Amino acid sequence: MADEKCNVVEFKVQGQICQGTLGESLLSALRRHGFEVPSLCFHEAVSSYGACRLCLVEVKKGRRSKLTTSCNYPVQEGLEVQLDTDEVVRHRRIVLQLLLAAAPAAKAVRDLAARYGIEETPFVPRPEEDCIQCGLCIRICEAVGVNALGFAGRGVSKHATTPYEETSAACVGCGACADVCPTGCVKVVDADGFRTIERWHLKVPLTLCKTCGRGFAPEVHLTRMAGQAKLEIAHLANCPKCRGRAFAAEFRLP
Amino acid sequence: MENAELESILASHGHRPSELLATLQDIQGNENWLPRESLAHVAAGLNVPLSRVYGMATFFSSFSLKPRGKHVCTICMGTACHVRGAQRLVEHVEREHGIGPGETTADLRLTLETVNCVGACAMGPLAIIDGEYHGQLSTQTLGRLLKKLKG
Ligand code: FES
Ligand code: FES
Repeated sequence: MADEKCNVVEFKVQGQICQGTLGESLLSALRRHGFEVPSLCFHEAVSSYGACRLCLVEVKKGRRSKLTTSCNYPVQEGLEVQLDTDEVVRHRRIVLQLLLAAAPAAKAVRDLAARYGIEETPFVPRPEEDCIQCGLCIRICEAVGVNALGFAGRGVSKHATTPYEETSAACVGCGACADVCPTGCVKVVDADGFRTIERWHLKVPLTLCKTCGRGFAPEVHLTRMAGQAKLEIAHLANCPKCRGRAFAAEFRLP
Repeated sequence: MENAELESILASHGHRPSELLATLQDIQGNENWLPRESLAHVAAGLNVPLSRVYGMATFFSSFSLKPRGKHVCTICMGTACHVRGAQRLVEHVEREHGIGPGETTADLRLTLETVNCVGACAMGPLAIIDGEYHGQLSTQTLGRLLKKLKG
């Protein structure tokens, strides 16, 4: 695989030689090598956005060194990376104080802050806010091709939302947004035959599994999946668990 | 806004998603605001998610998602105008017309808006009424200008 070979770059992390592939983010390369770098807004499945500023590292290229977010910094040949220098930690602490003001109700933020010995913030807190506006929900919603979510407003009033802060006609209630949300501020509740995502003003009926009777996925979501996969909707009449069981049964020896 | 009118705006920008901003500007130019149906139409016509259109429409403060009056009075609240009494102008409109910044009279006649510096500080305090700049304004002059507005 000669081609792939030329895409490999070598760089140093605290003196240790590491490899990355061109186009890869420094953060994923670091993690692949087992280095720990805190982050909230990064997810391998979607493009980086650099919103939380927690993944700060110090990179040195030639004689210049600077602080940068590693999630949206491409790996390059000959980089020298330092992880927890005094500078990095000092800045990360400021970032954490800001995040703590932005979303004091988010446990993930409070825990991370506590790890850096920060319990209070000198900035004006937004009480009860649990969203850090990292936009991961928006990016994943775009990645699954639904695009129900977006940022609205600007500056201090910028926020992730559905158009007009109402139920979106595009949303199928797949819950990908809740899966990736780093603070857990997007909550999916399945109860009484309905899926509710209050943050997005959504309430849709669930399809009940043909075998076990459990409501397992929104009807609109299944219809969309069936359409995309060019499958009869009947193929999706069972919940993943029951489907797995039925499939396994075919292989059982008599 | 008529669908035909909307279509011609979309066509004038070649139905290009990259010209979303210009398209919205044209709609706002015609209508003075961005009606909901128009945004839905634009989203469908350009094949851009409504969430993106809504995001852009709410990002720029020059766009309005609420109906605006036939006449728009924009009072500058920049530093220079502020120290020269821009606040008094705003209060005057509030008193006389019962609308605060960003609001429109019930009869859709007048909208009051504020901006922070239009780069004409030497003329302060100033207001822009239907695109025309009026400098060194007193509350009396502003009152007279607003009364003179037709319709
Ligand atoms: S993970 Fe890099 S800025 Fe959030
Ligand atoms: S402050 Fe009003 S024009 Fe500059």
